[in-house]
Amino acid sequence: MKHWRRKGERILAKLDRHEAALLRTLVEQLTELFAERESETPQDELAELTGIRTGPATAPRDPVLSRLLPDFHRMDTAEGAEYADSAAALRSLHEPELLAAKQGVAATLLETVPADGGTVSLDEETASSWLSALNDLRLALGSMIGVTEDMPEQLPSDDPRAAQLAVYHWLTWMQDSLLRVL
Amino acid sequence: MSTQATPEVEQERAEQAGAALPWQTVVWNDPVNLMSYVTYVFQKLFGYGKDKATSLMLDVHHKGKAIVSTGSKDKVEGDVSRLHAAGLWATMEQPGA
Repeated sequence: MKHWRRKGERILAKLDRHEAALLRTLVEQLTELFAERESETPQDELAELTGIRTGPATAPRDPVLSRLLPDFHRMDTAEGAEYADSAAALRSLHEPELLAAKQGVAATLLETVPADGGTVSLDEETASSWLSALNDLRLALGSMIGVTEDMPEQLPSDDPRAAQLAVYHWLTWMQDSLLRVL
Repeated sequence: MSTQATPEVEQERAEQAGAALPWQTVVWNDPVNLMSYVTYVFQKLFGYGKDKATSLMLDVHHKGKAIVSTGSKDKVEGDVSRLHAAGLWATMEQPGA
């Protein structure tokens, strides 16, 4: 793909067929991960009656999900224990809306990425969704790979993470390019 | 000049209202979020100018964290929620509590 550009009110980028397919697959995988977490959400009569959803009180064990759905308090410090009850309460209160927001931006990306490649054409609002969705993908891949601040551009080809890192850098490039036109 | 409430104003309001100690929204450094993106998020979510947003981003990057807003528990809880939606690693705390 080439850089994102502005044309009038629209924000445009061209993706080739392979790039569009890759992006779609990555977003679909993330969507499935979110859906699994949503299925862990306790359902009770009160929730059905009031429409107020309550999420799980404990952080996901999966490192990707736990990075995308962080605690409201820093739990790994000396004061962390004092915040344990509050962290549990805030997670069950806010996690459903956070998951819905992440599913929402993922759905927008899937709706606006051309199936067989071609030009992506966004307005301000859908571009903002792309920005968040691309960031979620980078967070997910970054957690999987174990990205650090001094990560090399490339890993040795026999490293099983080499291909994932290449995709991660591609997403980084795409997000940075999008930011430049927002 | 913007009428956007500064953290200092929020803090004064909380104190005048006789509220408990104000809460702080803390953003922590992480190896994934781009510096340009973090600056953009601070501008969008808090209405901060480019200079202030950049300075907070640099604190996150170099010092490992920055306090990006303060105020009542409800306000800070909302700020942390919005930062999580943007993918930043944010937490809340009440110093001295």
